[in-house]
This record gives sequence, C-alpha cells and structure tokens, in this order.
Amino acid sequence: MCGIVGLFLKSEALAPELGRLTGLMLHEMRDRGPDSAGFAVYGDPEDETKITCLSKTGETDWRAIDADLERMLDAEVSTEVLEDHAIFRTTGDGAAARRRIIEIAPDVTVLSVGRSIELFKGVGDPDIVAERFGLAGRVGRHAIAHTRMATESAVVTAGSHPFSTGEDTCLVHNGSLSNHNRLRERLEMRGESFQTENDSEVAAGYLAWRLREGDGLEAAIGHALKDLDGFYTFAIGTRDGFAVVRDPIACKPAVIAETDEWVAMSSEFRAIARLPGVENAEIWEPQPERIYAWSHAA
Amino acid sequence: MTSNTEFDLARQTVRELNAALHAAAKEGAPGAFTVANPGGAHALACGLDAPLSVTVKGHAGYYCAGMNKQAEVTVEGNAGTGCAENIMSGLVRVKGDASQSLGATGHGGLVVCEGSASARCGISMKGVDIVVGGDIGHMSAFMAQAGRMVVLGDAGADLGDSIYEARLYVRGRVASLGADCIEKEMTDEHVAEVAELLERAGLDADPASFRRYGSARKLYHFTVDNLDAY
Repeated sequence: MCGIVGLFLKSEALAPELGRLTGLMLHEMRDRGPDSAGFAVYGDPEDETKITCLSKTGETDWRAIDADLERMLDAEVSTEVLEDHAIFRTTGDGAAARRRIIEIAPDVTVLSVGRSIELFKGVGDPDIVAERFGLAGRVGRHAIAHTRMATESAVVTAGSHPFSTGEDTCLVHNGSLSNHNRLRERLEMRGESFQTENDSEVAAGYLAWRLREGDGLEAAIGHALKDLDGFYTFAIGTRDGFAVVRDPIACKPAVIAETDEWVAMSSEFRAIARLPGVENAEIWEPQPERIYAWSHAA
Repeated sequence: MTSNTEFDLARQTVRELNAALHAAAKEGAPGAFTVANPGGAHALACGLDAPLSVTVKGHAGYYCAGMNKQAEVTVEGNAGTGCAENIMSGLVRVKGDASQSLGATGHGGLVVCEGSASARCGISMKGVDIVVGGDIGHMSAFMAQAGRMVVLGDAGADLGDSIYEARLYVRGRVASLGADCIEKEMTDEHVAEVAELLERAGLDADPASFRRYGSARKLYHFTVDNLDAY
C-alpha cells in the first residue's frame, strides 16, 4: 500500500498556496505510507537548469561536485544546500551534469533535472518530511507527492518516490511491477541510467525514454500500458502538467476531483476533502487503462 | 438517546460515532442519526445490528456500512471501496457513485447505488440484492452465488465470471461476459422480479427493457468426461 496525491492548479492566483494544499493532502495519506515520503513541485520554468541531489551519507562534499561540474560543463554552477539535499543551478547541459554526478559521486543520488521541477524525499513520517523540506511554503502550478509503504525494495531515502530520470518528468506509483528487471536491462541498453533497484524508477525511466524518442506524454503512457506488467496507479508530472493512469484491472485505488480552480487526484477521497471549493467539485474514479491528462499549455 | 442524533466528524471521531451507534443498537433505542463532514473517513456505520437510520451527509471512505444488519444507511455522496461489504440485511443507499467491491459477499438485504459503481460490484454475492442506477465496472458479480443484481446502465468486461446461481439483469451494453456466464431468456417471472427490485430501490425504468444473465452451470458441476484428469 502507498498513498499518492497530485494537485494541478488551473488558476494562477492559487500558486502561492500550492505547497500548503499539497501538504494537507499528503497528511491525509500518512497511514497509507508511513515509512517514507517525497514530493515534486513544479514552479515557473527558470532560465537555469536545476539538478536536485540527495546525499546518501549526509557527508557529501557539495562544493567539490560544484567545482567539478563547472569544469566539465564550462559554465557557472551555484549550489543551494537543504538538509541532505542540494540543488545545483547552471546554464550548462543538465543531462550531462546528471551523468557526471552519477559517475563521480557514488554517495549521491540525482533526484531530478529540469528548469521547473524541484524534488525532495526522506524516510520517516510524511508530515516531518514535508516540514524538513518546507513543502508548505513552496510556490508553483502543480505538484505530486507520495507516501510509501515499501514492498519491492528497501526503506531508504533513495527508494522513496517521486522518481525522475528525464528532464522535468517525474512519477509516483502505488502498486508493484513484475517485469522491472528485464525492462531495466532493455532501457539500460537504450542509454537510460538507473540509481536504485526500485521498480517504480524503471517506470519513470521508461517514460523518459519514450519522451526522448519523441512521444508526447499521452503516447508515452500508451506505450507504457503495453510494456509495463504489474499493477499500478501512476501520477506523472511534466513541466506543463500532470497525468493519471491505472493498470488494466485497476488494482490500486484512485479518485480524481476537478473544479474551475484545480484538478486533484489521490488514492482516497479524504486527501481531497480539505481542498477549497471541494463541495462543488466533479468527483470520479478514473477508469482502468484510460489516460487522464491536464496541461497548462493547452 | 434522542430520536435524531447529529454527529459532526469535523469535531468528533469515527470511533465515537460507531460507539454511539452500537450503544443505541444494544439499548434497543434505535433512532435516526446524521453524520456531517464525513470527509471520506473509513468504516462509517459498520457492523450495525438494529433498525437504526443513519444518513451520511457527504462522501464516505472505505467499508461504509460494512456487515450491515437491519439498519438503513444512506450516503448522500460517493462511497469508497467495499461499501456494504458482507451486508446481511437492511438497506444501504449511495446517492452518488460507489467505488469497487460494492456489496461484496453480501448475504441479504438491499444495496442501492443511484450513480455508478466501479469494478467488482457484487463480487461473491451470496444472497444480497444490488440495484445500480448507472454503470458497473469490470469483473462485477465474479463468483456470484445467490441474489439479484439490476443495472440500469452498462456493465464492464467479464460480467459474472465463474457465476453460480445469482441472477443478473442489465439494461445497457455488456462489454463482455465472463467464463460460464451466458444470456438467458427474460420470462414474465423475471420481468416481475426486476419490477419489484426497481420499486424497492425507488428507481424508474421499464422492467421489460432489461436482459438477463446467469450461469451456464458448466464450471461448477463435475463432468464425468474429466474423470481421467483425477
């Protein structure tokens, strides 16, 4: 069992409230996933690429990595440290920076790369994880978050969701995949790199690969429905929006609610119950195998 | 206990609500209860065994009115997974939509969903009657053993898979029938049965417009041709 929440703001006026509202939703999903939590917030795209990293030891020398990246990218890099996370900002190539960090810093997990996404995760009570990384104060247009009850791999911060392997793309997952080992090998042959043994990271890598091959988000998810074996409800974030999809037999719960101001999804309605204007929301359970997607660009 | 007791789950807990309902049932002082601000909370009004009337003013979470006996529980909103699971008697009514496994394993009583119910509606039903105003999801009435199900809308894939002796009536389209589930003739007896269930559910539809589905009885009877397999 895990808990998923996603919040997509149609109204720009609510942007300062994004983190607080996402936190309210995450709080309600604590007992579905008490062992760890994480969230991804999408703010307005910045000029620089942000690379969010996690130190597995808590003792990483971020300044050394910053200096190495500057040399490698031939571009300025700035570092913002928050607890065991660091965000590098640069005008250089984000994907190259990710590969470099994975290569030179075995004690670091690269959590996300993109101009919009910032991604944080931690082990323990989801409320405390949200507090540690200042979720309530975060501003943006959409966010996804996850509370985890581990079944397929260990309870470590790197195994917490969301997972991101592509630029400004991330995914949270409730369920488990049965063909992730074979799929991971196939994706590695196509140039994807993975940092954990987690099945959900493979799903994120799969989507990143399809998007890089030129698929739009809905086409990428359509391919995933054919190639991923197992049970899942996914919430997927991109720079422009978010999407929800359930496996063909809809093993794992999901509910979506929509008003003129926002779209929210969660594993259970109680996470949505505290959002403003919920009494006027259209509420439904997403159908299996059907892709639901919203975009700010549309 | 007064005849109409109001609970507000913005201020009170589910445990307090259920304790009060069970106390009222035990004292033989059944009355009416309303539950404000349910907020999708789980296990509302579970395990009741008295002719209480409970109205949930909003959306309920998982297992609302589970194991119900005698009581009448109304959800004025949507209900989560397993609403009226293992109902023995009484009436559970959902005014909105119901999530998966509505009325699962129910032995008796009536479950009404005025909106749509999702996957596995009436799974392993054992005598309960279920009337759904909208559609039902895939794998509904899986291994249904007894009871009746009336669906005014469409049914998802694999309706009545491995069904025993439940009777299924669907007015709309059936995406596909499960193993050993077949369409059967609607006789006057069946039209009258649908009319009676619609009336009890308070839903309006022409009983003659339904089609009936049930067991081909090939899966659960021993076939002597298979003797060599053992």
